[in-house]
Amino acid sequence: MSVTIEEVEAAAQKHPVAPYLRMDRMPHIWCPTCGIGTVMKCYAQALEEADVDMDKAAIVSGIGCTGRVAGYMNLDAFHSTHGRAIPFATGVKLGRPELLVTVFSGDGDLSGIGGNHFIHAARRNMDLLVILVNNFIYGMTGGQNAPTTPLTAKSSTMPFGNFEEPFNLPHLAASCGAVYVARWTCLHTRRLTKSFQEAIDRRGFRFIEVIAPCSTLYARLNRLGSGFDLMRFYHDSAEIKHGADPKEVGIDFQDKIICGKFIDEDRPAMHERMDAHYKKVLGDKYVPMPPEGGWLHE
Amino acid sequence: MKADPAGVLTGAHYLDGDFACGEGAMAAGCRFTAGYPITPSTEVVERISRRFPMMGGTFIQMEDELASMAAVVGASWTGTKCLTVTSGPGFSLMMENIGLGAMMETPLVVVNVQRGGPSTGLPTMTGQADMMQARWGSHGDYRLIALSPQSPQESFDLMIDAFNLSEEYRVPVLFMMDECVGHMTEKVVIPPADEIEIVPRKLTDKPPGEFLPYKANGNGVPEFARAGDGYRFHTTGLTHDERGYPVMSAECQEELIPRLINKITDNVDKISRFDEENTDGADVVLVTYGITARVARMGIDMARKKGVKVGVIRLIVVWPFPEQHIRDLASKIKAFVVPEINLGQMVLEVERCAGGKAETILVPHAGGGVHNPQDICDAILRAAK
Amino acid sequence: MSRTDIRITGFGGQGVVLSGYIIGRACAINASQHATMIQSFGPEARGSACSATLAISDSEVLYPYISRPDVFVVMSTEGYDKYRDELKDDGILVYEQNLVHPTLKEGQPSFGVPSTRIAESLGRTIVQNIVMLGFFAASAQIVSREDMRDAVKSSVPPGTEELNLKAFDAGCAHFDETYGEKKEEVGAAAANQG
Repeated sequence: MSVTIEEVEAAAQKHPVAPYLRMDRMPHIWCPTCGIGTVMKCYAQALEEADVDMDKAAIVSGIGCTGRVAGYMNLDAFHSTHGRAIPFATGVKLGRPELLVTVFSGDGDLSGIGGNHFIHAARRNMDLLVILVNNFIYGMTGGQNAPTTPLTAKSSTMPFGNFEEPFNLPHLAASCGAVYVARWTCLHTRRLTKSFQEAIDRRGFRFIEVIAPCSTLYARLNRLGSGFDLMRFYHDSAEIKHGADPKEVGIDFQDKIICGKFIDEDRPAMHERMDAHYKKVLGDKYVPMPPEGGWLHE
Repeated sequence: MKADPAGVLTGAHYLDGDFACGEGAMAAGCRFTAGYPITPSTEVVERISRRFPMMGGTFIQMEDELASMAAVVGASWTGTKCLTVTSGPGFSLMMENIGLGAMMETPLVVVNVQRGGPSTGLPTMTGQADMMQARWGSHGDYRLIALSPQSPQESFDLMIDAFNLSEEYRVPVLFMMDECVGHMTEKVVIPPADEIEIVPRKLTDKPPGEFLPYKANGNGVPEFARAGDGYRFHTTGLTHDERGYPVMSAECQEELIPRLINKITDNVDKISRFDEENTDGADVVLVTYGITARVARMGIDMARKKGVKVGVIRLIVVWPFPEQHIRDLASKIKAFVVPEINLGQMVLEVERCAGGKAETILVPHAGGGVHNPQDICDAILRAAK
Repeated sequence: MSRTDIRITGFGGQGVVLSGYIIGRACAINASQHATMIQSFGPEARGSACSATLAISDSEVLYPYISRPDVFVVMSTEGYDKYRDELKDDGILVYEQNLVHPTLKEGQPSFGVPSTRIAESLGRTIVQNIVMLGFFAASAQIVSREDMRDAVKSSVPPGTEELNLKAFDAGCAHFDETYGEKKEEVGAAAANQG
């Protein structure tokens, strides 16, 4: 049976999340068995299920494999510089506070070169949904060691195995003040989608780490098998422990991956605090930012 | 359009250059500022953070200058007029996202209150040694606009122009002050709001389906759509086509980069601004800018008393450089004299344009102070021989 | 072009920079002159000897820094020691007489005022610098008392105008009482005593 290109395209347009993606940019650049596409699809589905006004949602990415997500989402999309997605998104949010602003980037981008911005945005409870896809390695540049590479795992710049302690990212986010902290693997598509949806409805700095396979580099350098083997590993090793102490959820090489929602608190976001504070101390003299539309000079 | 009166502190004030610069930004319509403290620029954001809550502006102190610069690029995409402020060490960090601003064609203003360098250098003392960094500091080929004020009054006046130019050409505009001007207090007259002309963000009137975010108009500048208005545009620091989509090809690079440069170079005559005095029939022409232009006038007066015919070009817009004008002058005079608080930066540009037709003499100063006018006079006398 | 250069010095917290600001404002805004003020920055401005300079001119000030002041206003010993040699030989010295004990050159006009004590008598030591400004206005005569008084009024924190103007007037009055009409002679006499 043969299928025409037109039929493929027509089928693609009918895909339930097609309206949320830039279908004119498909196919995407990610490798076969890469987990990023799955995470992006879950995010798109969450936007639909949370009934987000797509005209009022912006997405910001940094650089790297996950950094390409912004380019495929059918939202106001910013593919910024390496490590700077969070401060860039901070500007977008404060310029137009009514927008839902999502940062979608990788572990190297957000916790390596962008680590300082990550901790400060969490500290000030910036109203950002931060989705970090962790594949334990720098993918786009060719498999170099990341701040998340587990001890003893091999990378192209730690060819004899990593001897540096990696970040436990949920612990980092939680201790810096994130109000929502969760971790899933890209095998947990339903739970991940639900978690995205829940986080969309929260305010403040919301952090979701998604463990995803990189079979081209991480799995190859560490002889972990095919994409299917990696998914089976998640199936066997992921342990769901809602409310686990983030301190206890560090990831060892090929060991169990604790998943779940670790933190879910309600605290005013930075711009809400700013607004309330100025109202209190400045009274009538205070002129709030325009709630709609930012500062546009007609 | 006219300025929003909420940001205009009309009247005669006694202000330092940093405060005047902040007032200029607010009068120009700036309503978002992200910054990181650094001497000698901090007073600009101190002024702004005190006044912003009363005019609907937002100031955020970011964790560093990388973040400050990224935040103003992001905020500008909501249609807000944006400013960040720094000095040399922070300017170095900002270069990363100044390049992003150039690539994404983002209107914004960056103030650099220059101090002595390199590295930490002389934090509390003046310098003009970041002028070439303003031209070439970020990687790749691009053109920006840079202005240099010589007084607190100009720190106010030229800020309005800086914002207007950034909107007109959709580029980051660099505002190259120096510590001396920044920390000098003088009379500053702020006009009524209805006398301040403002260039608003040039929003597209095309509907979302028909809008191409990087399709340039006749001036080489694309129309703007801001986040949250339903355009669902994509913008990137990667080489991109008219849709704003990455295209990794030499052809696309050949389309995009010359346009980014030509939108400035083709409009040099409109962007360029300099004061010119007595260059007709002059033997020697001083090319000067910023605080040095003031001190140089004393050296010029001294040389004129000795009978030398001296003219002056005071650069107000420093980049783009008025190449053609310097070329034209070169064939009519003996020499250019270029005093600057560095060991030779803008002089390279003068020398290049002079093309050997006129001698070019640098009067250097390593920083930490301004020139002794006598040194400038001596250079003029040497040049006139 | 006539240009008058002034240096004001004291220790951090005495309001040295505000004093410079007020003189500059009086000249530039009220008296339609050109006045460029520069304050010392950096660690040296955060404690010990703090300083501000003014260049006042009837035409644009081209060179913003000063080297040999015409008037030296001193509110601390440390400031005096640091900058005393700069003062022009015929320059005017205006000093806080209980904090500064100057060594005067022959023929040098100098005027001392117990500005801290006067401020205390008004109930607030913090207005010491404004007492000094009143005394400076009356003694150095660079800018009129009225213009200075206006500049004080528009430069001090709202709600403190009355106290500050009282301090300013007390500084002027001390000059009138101590040096009065014959200020030249008294100044010279004071110099000789030094």
